[in-house]
Amino acid sequence: MVMKKKRKNISYAKWGYIFILPFFVSFFIFSCIPLVDTIKYSFFEYYRSGIKEVGPNFIGLTNYIELIKSDMVLYGANTLILWIIGFVPQIVIALVLAAWFTDARLKIKGLQFFKVVIYLPNLIMASAFALLFFTMFSTGGPINSILLSLGVIDKAIDFTGSVFGVRSLIGFMNFLMWFGNTTIMLMAAVMGISVEVFEASDIDGCNRIQRFFYVTLPQIRPILAYTLITSIIGGLQMFDVPQILTNGKGSPDRTSMTLIMFLNNHLKSKNYGMGGALSVYLFIISGILCAIVYKMTNDDDPDGSKAAAKARKKEQRKNRRAK
Amino acid sequence: MKSKTKNRLMSIFVHLVLILLAFMCLFFFYVLVVNCTHSHADLQKGFSFLPGKDFLTNLDSVANDGTFPMFRGILNSLVVSGSCAAICTYFSALTAYGLYAYDFKIKKVAFTFIMAILVMPTQVTAMGFLRLITKMGLYDSLLPLILPSIASPAVFYFMYSYLESSLPLSLVEAARIDGSGEFFTFNRIVLPIMKPAIAVQAIFTFVGSWNNYFVPALVIQSKNKMTVPILIAALRGADYMTFDMGKIYMMIAVAIVPIIIVYLLLSKYIIAGVTLGGVKG
Amino acid sequence: MKKKVISMLLVATTAATMFAGCGKEAGTTGANGTESAGAAVDAGDEGKIINIYCWNDEFRTRVEAVYDKVESTSDDGTITYLTDGCEIHWIVNPNQDGVYQDKLDQALLNQADAAADDKVDIFLSETDYVFKYTDKDADVAMPLADLGIDVDKDLADQYDFTKTTASDSDGVQRGSTWQACPGVLAYRRDIAIDAFGTDDPVEIEAKFKDWATAKESAEELKAAGYYTFASYADTFRLYGNSISQSWVEAGSTTVTVDQQIMNWINDSKEWKDAGYFDPTVKGQWNDDWNKAMGSESKVFAFLFPAWGIDFTMKPNWDGENGAWAVTNPPLEYNWGGSYVHAATGTDNIAHAKDIILQLTANEDNLKKISETTSDFTNDKSAMAELAQRDTFESDMLGTQNPFAYFAPVAEGIKIAPLSAYDQGCVELIQNSFSDYFQGEVDFDKAKANFETAIMERYPDITEVVWPE
Repeated sequence: MVMKKKRKNISYAKWGYIFILPFFVSFFIFSCIPLVDTIKYSFFEYYRSGIKEVGPNFIGLTNYIELIKSDMVLYGANTLILWIIGFVPQIVIALVLAAWFTDARLKIKGLQFFKVVIYLPNLIMASAFALLFFTMFSTGGPINSILLSLGVIDKAIDFTGSVFGVRSLIGFMNFLMWFGNTTIMLMAAVMGISVEVFEASDIDGCNRIQRFFYVTLPQIRPILAYTLITSIIGGLQMFDVPQILTNGKGSPDRTSMTLIMFLNNHLKSKNYGMGGALSVYLFIISGILCAIVYKMTNDDDPDGSKAAAKARKKEQRKNRRAK
Repeated sequence: MKSKTKNRLMSIFVHLVLILLAFMCLFFFYVLVVNCTHSHADLQKGFSFLPGKDFLTNLDSVANDGTFPMFRGILNSLVVSGSCAAICTYFSALTAYGLYAYDFKIKKVAFTFIMAILVMPTQVTAMGFLRLITKMGLYDSLLPLILPSIASPAVFYFMYSYLESSLPLSLVEAARIDGSGEFFTFNRIVLPIMKPAIAVQAIFTFVGSWNNYFVPALVIQSKNKMTVPILIAALRGADYMTFDMGKIYMMIAVAIVPIIIVYLLLSKYIIAGVTLGGVKG
Repeated sequence: MKKKVISMLLVATTAATMFAGCGKEAGTTGANGTESAGAAVDAGDEGKIINIYCWNDEFRTRVEAVYDKVESTSDDGTITYLTDGCEIHWIVNPNQDGVYQDKLDQALLNQADAAADDKVDIFLSETDYVFKYTDKDADVAMPLADLGIDVDKDLADQYDFTKTTASDSDGVQRGSTWQACPGVLAYRRDIAIDAFGTDDPVEIEAKFKDWATAKESAEELKAAGYYTFASYADTFRLYGNSISQSWVEAGSTTVTVDQQIMNWINDSKEWKDAGYFDPTVKGQWNDDWNKAMGSESKVFAFLFPAWGIDFTMKPNWDGENGAWAVTNPPLEYNWGGSYVHAATGTDNIAHAKDIILQLTANEDNLKKISETTSDFTNDKSAMAELAQRDTFESDMLGTQNPFAYFAPVAEGIKIAPLSAYDQGCVELIQNSFSDYFQGEVDFDKAKANFETAIMERYPDITEVVWPE
């Protein structure tokens, strides 16, 4: 009997390997090999000049040093700023909406309609969205045309001509595209909190705001962390919107040039060496960022699932006790 | 009594904010839809809130422009996104099941590994990826846009969480006792149980792939293989295209309207799916 | 998987060779009015598909208009069918941001390995980067002599500067163009009357005879509520054409910014701050720029060669016909010019020769292009004849004969020293200093931005030298 069971386990283990094989093969071919290749060429001088290829010549860390001396750090800062401009309103509005949507006393009419509408922008391809914004906010575009005819302004505003304008537009687009998604996720998390907790807080005389800060927020901490992480990863990869809006220039004065746009410039000039080094930097940055967030939210609980499970169990215990 | 009026005021305020947000979300689509019904000459005169009469003219000029084969692009996008959604969800479910239902040596390592690569930006490997597929002879083909989606850590993680919550291992045991083979068990018993999760992730993968720009822009070279986002980007850079803004608006509309229609039809499931993600996350 | 792909490729190539070879008919050219046109095309052993790389449909419309073998073009404009059974496949990519060159370079690099029907057969280049492709070491554009074209005899009537432009450093001509692009000043008659009390080209010419006088006239226009030009980019070619040394000397990795470019920067800043440009327009080739050509606009003039009037202004002009006039600009200049090259490795040599001759060296054809589209074509005697006519019919200019202005300019054009880096330099210096003109950055920052951008675009550039 014992023997049999053991044999059974071993034979099943084989299936485990088989089932996860496609994933790892695909990952190995399409991610590992390219990654190694990228890292390798980051130590070479290797680019195309016109229609002639130069290199590859081994040059050690030169590419890395060149990049540090370039404006890379500045583009990192741009990326961070653009991300914050989009993320802060996104998370604030999403939290407020999530609280409202789950508050039965507000009797919101057309809840389903609002949910559908605010999620809509998330589905639109960023490139089309950016192109749409570009045409709408051009000096002769519909927005200026409307504002002029309403008499709000008496001279067309050059939205894409100022640092403030471009950054706000990018932030606004990112906000519009993501706040619906975040709202619905947070809402689900809030709905996951048991009704008794809210009722208890009501009995304790909590007002809406107190309840939000002392009950809701702590309860949805794991999902907040999840949102933060996914948003940071997304922010680091920010590309489509500023690329299309500024036609790859990051204008004005390269203040809306993100790291990936910078990478794209090198890829476009077929500068494999420099592009490789930049990729390695990006890889390291994303690793560090995520490590920080993991640490910040929960030790040894990268996805927040354990915290959520713990919270759920605690609730259950509480509920049982209440009963 | 007092709190009731307060609640009512609050409710009015809430509705106002919601209407404002909904307006922001919808206004841009409204502008797009209105503008794609105007001719270039009309548009040059300024924005009008009413639709024009040139819808068909614009649609016609979009359909007949070989330089920007928009409908061909939509077809390509459909093929790529559809295949991606199918193989991505299937293999993610398979991987998740493999790690969830079986005990083997590297199980923990494999899981941690996948969680670690979850955060790796795809762009980081783009350069090597480009060289690799060139060597494989896959440059300028749709396959490199589809095959890598077999390994999607995020989808895997979602599937894994779903399995954890909804597949009792005893069910698998029972199937084994009934003499069901492992693949049969997965395809006939586990997959149906995972249907909701698969549906949700299929939709997200589809949309993600439909909107993907960075990788296709690197890989695709010839016109008849371009997907919608590359065409849109090419539009932005094409100087002579600005001669007909009506056509440009129409192209954007053609690129995003299919997704909006699918969304409106499936909005219930999609919202439910995001909600599912919220609970699981 | 890999095996399958390879076998599919094999099938494709075999099929391609099987179907290669056009109908025998081909034969003599129809409208060979002059000695230069009409090399008989022996297409018997040539590929069936002629791939032409270009960046818009201008060349296609010219081919459709005058090439005698054109039968029809597909509705979407991607394929032109020829009477001898061959097909021209148009591969169009936008010029901006280097996309066209990127795609073309990729195709040329794969040229040797490509299947016969996938090879680049003919490609176009612009004056800004023609040098990159006529380079004798790169050898991607065939010497015309190798096609069987006698440059001295067949192309005798072409303007000399166009022949020089399309030649490599040894003087071997590797391309040919159907257009010469002498620039003029195109202005709105109604604004001229309103601001100056006259729309006579001679008097307007006097008001823009040099930059100093032009500035006084700009002040007059401003007083009347008009802008002289749409944007600082409009005046760029006038300065950029008269640089005394090329942006990058052969074999060097240093970009040298010419004093003329600095003059453009200084003058543009001055004009911009004085309000002589339309403040809503930034650069060229965008919607705002196009709007500035409409009847609602307050912009007085544009600096354009012939193609600009027909190809750029006309689609954007929504007022009456004949509302515009041309006159001589403050400085003689030349803008653009699309060169036609036969790609090394093409399997359609006879067709390439035929197309180049008919499109760029056939007097009747070139005259026809000029008469129908007002384009200034590359044929000295035809242009001299057109310039003699008293009136000329066109939508934009009414009865004014623009060739009387184009022709003398064309005779005197000295092409500025070229380099393979010109397009990037021209595009990026305009981009970088755009921020400076808008007041977003100071002068030094704009310089630094140009340096960064140029080195990103061309990794081999090591240094940028500015004049004192």
